[in-house]
Parts: sequence; C-alpha cells; structure tokens
Amino acid sequence: MRNLIILFLIFIIPTKALGLIEVDITRGNLNPLPIAVSPLSIDDESKKSFEKTLKKKDIGSEISKVIEKNLKTSGLFNPLDKNAFLQAPDIAHLKPRFEDWNLIKAQALITGKVKNVDDKLRVEFRLWDVLAGKEMMALAFTTVPNNWRRVGHIITDKVYERLTGEKGYFDTRIIYVAEEGPKTKRIKKLAIMDQDGANNKFLTLGNELVLTPRFNPSSQMVTYLSYFRNLPRVYLLDIETGIQEVVGDFPGMTFAPRFSPDGKKIIMSFAKDGNSDIYTMDLENRIVEKITNHPSIDTSPSYSPDGKFICFNSDRSGYQQIYVMKSDGSNVKRISFGNGLYGTPVWSPRGDLIAFTKLHKGKFYIGVMRTDGSGERLLTENFYQEAPSWSPNGRVLIFYRETKTDDKGEGFSAKLWSIDLTGYNERLVDTPTDASDPSWSSLLSN
Amino acid sequence: MKKLVIRNIDQGALMKLNKILKNTFLVLFACLVLSACATSKKSTGQMQGDVYTGTDTVEYLASGVPDRVFFATNESVLTTASRETLRKQAAWLRKNSDITIVLEGHADERGTREYNLALGERRANAAKDYLMTYGISSNRISVLSYGKERPVDSGSNPLAWSKNRRSVTVKAN
Repeated sequence: MRNLIILFLIFIIPTKALGLIEVDITRGNLNPLPIAVSPLSIDDESKKSFEKTLKKKDIGSEISKVIEKNLKTSGLFNPLDKNAFLQAPDIAHLKPRFEDWNLIKAQALITGKVKNVDDKLRVEFRLWDVLAGKEMMALAFTTVPNNWRRVGHIITDKVYERLTGEKGYFDTRIIYVAEEGPKTKRIKKLAIMDQDGANNKFLTLGNELVLTPRFNPSSQMVTYLSYFRNLPRVYLLDIETGIQEVVGDFPGMTFAPRFSPDGKKIIMSFAKDGNSDIYTMDLENRIVEKITNHPSIDTSPSYSPDGKFICFNSDRSGYQQIYVMKSDGSNVKRISFGNGLYGTPVWSPRGDLIAFTKLHKGKFYIGVMRTDGSGERLLTENFYQEAPSWSPNGRVLIFYRETKTDDKGEGFSAKLWSIDLTGYNERLVDTPTDASDPSWSSLLSN
Repeated sequence: MKKLVIRNIDQGALMKLNKILKNTFLVLFACLVLSACATSKKSTGQMQGDVYTGTDTVEYLASGVPDRVFFATNESVLTTASRETLRKQAAWLRKNSDITIVLEGHADERGTREYNLALGERRANAAKDYLMTYGISSNRISVLSYGKERPVDSGSNPLAWSKNRRSVTVKAN
C-alpha cells in the first residue's frame, strides 16, 4: 500500500528567494503567522471529472481546507478568512497582487492549481512572501485522485519546513485504541487515522482486549498487546496485509512493546513469577535477548533514535522511576529525581529529550526532561493522563487523558490530546469513539 | 433458591404497602434506603489504611471461601486477612483436587497502563506463592494480569480504587 500511495514528484521549480519570513518554532503560539491559503484553482473540465470520481464539488478548495486546518492546528499559523481575499485564485497563482494581500495583513500566501492529467490528480502550489513580494517555493505533484488529502498534508509539510526550517509532521497517521462501553467491561479495538482525524478505520473487531499499539518508525508495521485467547502477548501486525503473528514464544505475559529505531527488533517486557524484565527479539533471526535482570518491575522501554541507549521505568528504588542504560543492558542509571512517580519514558526522535508521565500528589503530568534527567519541564497537569508519543519532528506530543467518574457513576471519558513541546497549543484530537494509547507514525513521504 | 423466595416476599409486602399507604411514605422509605447506602459508602469501616476490607464485591468459591484478596496502593504484600482468605482457598483446593484455577491480578486506575500490567501480575503471583506454600501444585494455577483494564467498581474515589486492587481466584474448569 505504501508504494501505491507514494506521490511522484514531477518537477521542482528551484527558487532562490531570501527567507524573509521565519517562524520561530520554539517560542509557542503567541504570535501565529498570518497566512492566506487561496483556494487552489481548477478548470471546469477537471472539476467535473473529479466531482464524479471523488464526490467532491470543488477538489481544489477541499485541498486548501486540509492545508488550512493543518496550519491552524499547528498553532504557529493563523490562516486568514477567505471572504476577505480580493484576488481570484487562478490569477493569484500566476501573479499575486501583493498590495491586496498586504491589506488583509497576510504575511505569507499559498496559491495553487489542480488539473486532471490522464485521470491523475496534478497539483502545483506556490508559497509567496507577501512583504518581500517574492516567491519562496513552488512544487508540483501528480498522484491518484484518491490521495487528494495527502497532497494537502504534503503541501503543509513543505510550507512548514520552508517557514520553520524543520520537517513537518502532517503527512502522518496515528494508531490508537478505540474504546466503547462501560468502564468495567470496556471494548477496545485497534484504530488508525490520518493525523488530522480523517480516514478513521478500525483494524480489529473488539473480540479481545488490545492495548498499546506502536508504529515501526521505518515501515507500516505495528506492534501491540492482544489478549487473544486470554493469553496477553505482544503481536506484530502488518497494516497493509492485515497479517499478524505472536512475537516470540514466551511462557507468560509479554507487554509494553516498541520497535528499535531501525525497525529490526522489538523491545518489550516479559512477566514471569511476579517479576517483569526487559527483552528484545530480533525480527529477522528471532533471537531473544534478556536486557535487564532485576527482581523489580522493569517496563515501558524506549530506544534512543541512534539505538545506542534505552530508557525505561523501574521500581527498583521502591517506586516507579525513569532509568537509562546502554542498549546491551549495562550502565543502568536512574535519571528522574523529582518528587513523585515517573513512568512511560519515550525518547524524542531528535534525541535530546525524554517525554514521560508523572504522578504527584494525585495529579498526572506529561513532561519532558533531558536524557540525563536535568531540565525537567511539565507541560500539562490533569486528573489522569499518560502515554505521550512524539510527532516525527519531535515538536508535538500526543497522549490520552481520562476524566473522573462522578458519584453517579457518570462522567468517564478517554480522549486523545496533543500539546506542543513549548507547553502551548493543547488540543483535543477528535476521534469517533473514546480513545487511548496513541502512537504517531513517521512521515509517510519525505 | 431460598434468597429468591425471600425477595419475592419482600416485593409482595412492598406492593401491599403501596396499596395501603400513600406515595409520600414510599418516598420517605426510599430516602432512608438511599441515605443508608450513602453513609455505608463513606464509612471507613470498609478500608484499613487503603486496603479494602469490605465484602461488597466478594464472591464465594464455596461456602465460606472468599474468591479475592485486596492490596494497598502500589503494593503486592498480602495482608493478614488476605492470607486467611488464601488459606481457606488452599483448603478448598486440597479437598477438590481436580479443580484448576486462574489468579487474575488487577490494579486501580491511578497508574500508567504498562506498569499496572506488571503490578497485576506481581499481585496474582503473591497469591500464587502463598497457595503453593499451602500445598497447591503450581501446575493447577495459572496467572493472568489485567492491569487496570477490568475494574470491578467504576468509581474514581479511594474506596472504588481499593476494591479494584485485587487478585481474584477463578475456577478454570
């Protein structure tokens, strides 16, 4: 499936504009950049043909809506109201009248054109610096029409990268656990959706309990925990083929799985006789290695992006704390020393930070610290929240939050939320049902 | 069967009451029942420290043999009461040597999911070890941790959490 949906780049118009506009990603969303997303223009003939195949009246305008929503959600941009636009989309794409866009306070402008070429969707777009009156970037893509939303995401990624200097995270997916039913008999299914909530799809039927799905960073494979036949084991699932298999042959519960950064190993916990230790299994030669050997609970392991270190949580000090060790299990060092309990450490894809869940005085926090434990920063506080997962550019965290059940037995919910590394831009991530255990994929295209 | 009969009598009596007395009386009666429930929920009599000592959720494997034991927050240590329960279970298992069991370990909702899976497993194994010291063979016992996935009380309060921190002995055959 991945090969099918890869977009092929037809041409790239090289541009040498001076990067006059810059978005500082580190300062939060205090001054989101005003940006105008002109609806992508489309000729009547293409419009009609795509209306027939995609059931969308004006696919150009739909793609621009995808871009607009992405930019807004990022918290770094403020997409302006289309009603205020003075210039027609097709003319703006050829040569914007910068005074007009300046008048509505746009600092950047996105224009584009959609065309049906041999039943394929051809989209070109340009990014303009309104104040400097210059083109900053121009790209064109051709793909199967069904990929129109992905075109919107890829354009957002390109714009984001051009304006912030860092890779985007919009052409990505989220795998998570969809939840339904009463708290005492919760039905859980694996579900997957685009990063913006579109194309939601359930991957299991809910016959057995499933937990903690995680993406392979280098493919569309997923590892998760399933209670199939009441035997809680780590499974591997190929979301293209739907084929799944048990990971290893352990005489007890395996849980808390994650892939190594190269996608070749799975790291997980194996519980036996009341003791949980960390193991890896090589997916090619099936060799199992025991990484920790301690009578305490060792779980929630996560590799550093270079694969040289592992962070995990352990209660070997008496309470749940975060530790870092070399990937062979040597040099174990505790890194969390603040007040409270620490769990679910996840290494940032940039390598410099570890995100975690903290429990202190009855409140749960999502926070980050440097890999030596210094510089702890708590991003959000709530009744219950845990399990952060990084966006592939390491700028956003997605996690789940549960609300309290009141004395009448009502009020419980589980939802996905995201927050910027800056601590700003906290957002509910819409899902059709209650949701937990989110995992963010890598960029589908680069 | 006996219980059922008694309930039927109760309901019959209520119906008669309803006929004889005015609705206001019933409302009063309902209020009394409700307030009685409310006070029993709040009473500290059901917890010692933060270990549940009540019987609301307890079921019985056989007459006088409770099916579950309870734990303190983050703990897997068996209390005196838990050990007593497990000794009763061991005696019952010795008498019924064909029975095999699953020990289901659980945690409350105030912990991270993965740690709670490990904690549930640790709690069930604490029960297993104790049964084994009382002569129950390990091949009659399997262990299954549910972490925080299967609470018995859906409440978000200390009493509900105390009922959920448990190891339940379930007949497997």
